[in-house]
Amino acid sequence: MSGKRVLVVAAGGTLGLLAVVLVAMGNPANMGYCVACFLRDITGGLGLHRAAPVQYIRPEIIGLVLGAFLASQATKEFRPIGGSSSFTRFVLGFLAMIGMLVFLGCPVRAVLRLAGGDLNAGVGLLGLVAGVAIGVQFLKSGFSLGRAVPQQKGNGYLFTGLMVLLLILLLARPSFIFFSEKGPGSMHAPVWAALGAGLVIGVLAQRSRLCMVGGIRDFIMFRDAHLLYGFVAIFVVALVGNLAVGAFKIGFVGQPVAHTDGLWNFLGMTLAGWAAVLLGGCPLRQLVAAAEGNTDSALTVMGIIFGAAVSHNFGLAGSPTGVPAGGQIAVVLGLIAVFIIGYVNRPAAVKRGVSIGKGS
Amino acid sequence: MVREVDARGLLCPEPVLLTKQALDALGAGTVKVLVSSAAARENVSRLAESRGWQVEVLEQGDDILLVLTKK
Repeated sequence: MSGKRVLVVAAGGTLGLLAVVLVAMGNPANMGYCVACFLRDITGGLGLHRAAPVQYIRPEIIGLVLGAFLASQATKEFRPIGGSSSFTRFVLGFLAMIGMLVFLGCPVRAVLRLAGGDLNAGVGLLGLVAGVAIGVQFLKSGFSLGRAVPQQKGNGYLFTGLMVLLLILLLARPSFIFFSEKGPGSMHAPVWAALGAGLVIGVLAQRSRLCMVGGIRDFIMFRDAHLLYGFVAIFVVALVGNLAVGAFKIGFVGQPVAHTDGLWNFLGMTLAGWAAVLLGGCPLRQLVAAAEGNTDSALTVMGIIFGAAVSHNFGLAGSPTGVPAGGQIAVVLGLIAVFIIGYVNRPAAVKRGVSIGKGS
Repeated sequence: MVREVDARGLLCPEPVLLTKQALDALGAGTVKVLVSSAAARENVSRLAESRGWQVEVLEQGDDILLVLTKK
């Protein structure tokens, strides 16, 4: 096994292990590490939505960004860039979050849920693969959000600076920050453990380029299974860990923070997968890229946060009782919007000046 | 035969996709690929090597030049 493959397996395996450990230390079941759920909780913690059960500034996200930032500094891979269809990326992040909150989890949590025996997550993963496969067809037909260009160095530090500010708010607990008293937001591992886990995952994700959507995408496009090894490692380690601690319960019904509506589990993740492919990676990858100085990815994360705010303020998000009509309508409109974005951004490669072919 | 691909500033998978198109179009020869991130360098290298192309990596200022050759 090559060094790079060992690294991606180590990153996935560590994420799977730490997810089980974080649940044992207090995180909600099958939610040891969920980028969408944790960004939603942060959104609520900042008061941008008022869904009382999901408000908490999650240190896992802060740690992930700080870890990826430190790794990119150490390897001189920190590079402030941006300006590639920034607002379109914001909108795609927003739409992806609508889909993920209908499903109740990001691609990472989909794997963690399946490793906990939640078969609804299997339906969601099928939807994710479908969304990625559709997105790949757009990429093959020339879809591009264009080139990012170098930015002034200070721009690249802003996102990580925001995470430091969030950490200060978490520790200081000022009165304008919201902390859930019941529900998933009230369930959390100790701050130091969650922050440490995030740091480790951030370093490993930055070094390995771990990306859940990228793994499926590369396999469909190039038959390249490299990133899929990380995907599989998360599943295997979390499955073994859940079996070891007695947290594995197979079935569709009564799964933690999940619903059994297969159609909307599927379509929610189809929307998320399609949007993520057009964005160039899953929410985890967007956080890592933002930490590396990519301001487009930082804006994508802002779109994801905006999606969380809209989902909860307008009652679109799924819940253990199912998906509200508003959420169903939002997913359908989201799929239409992603189709339009995909269609209008696919000029021929030669016309967009990407490939400079020259015979000699 | 030499073909050049300018994939600077593009996020994955575009650099890999454009490289694949160039490799497929050329069959053999030399393809020079300019990328601007370590991730793109790794992904393009992996694709080329898996298809039997030799990869030489050269730094070019802030950018990375990959010279892919196949006899």
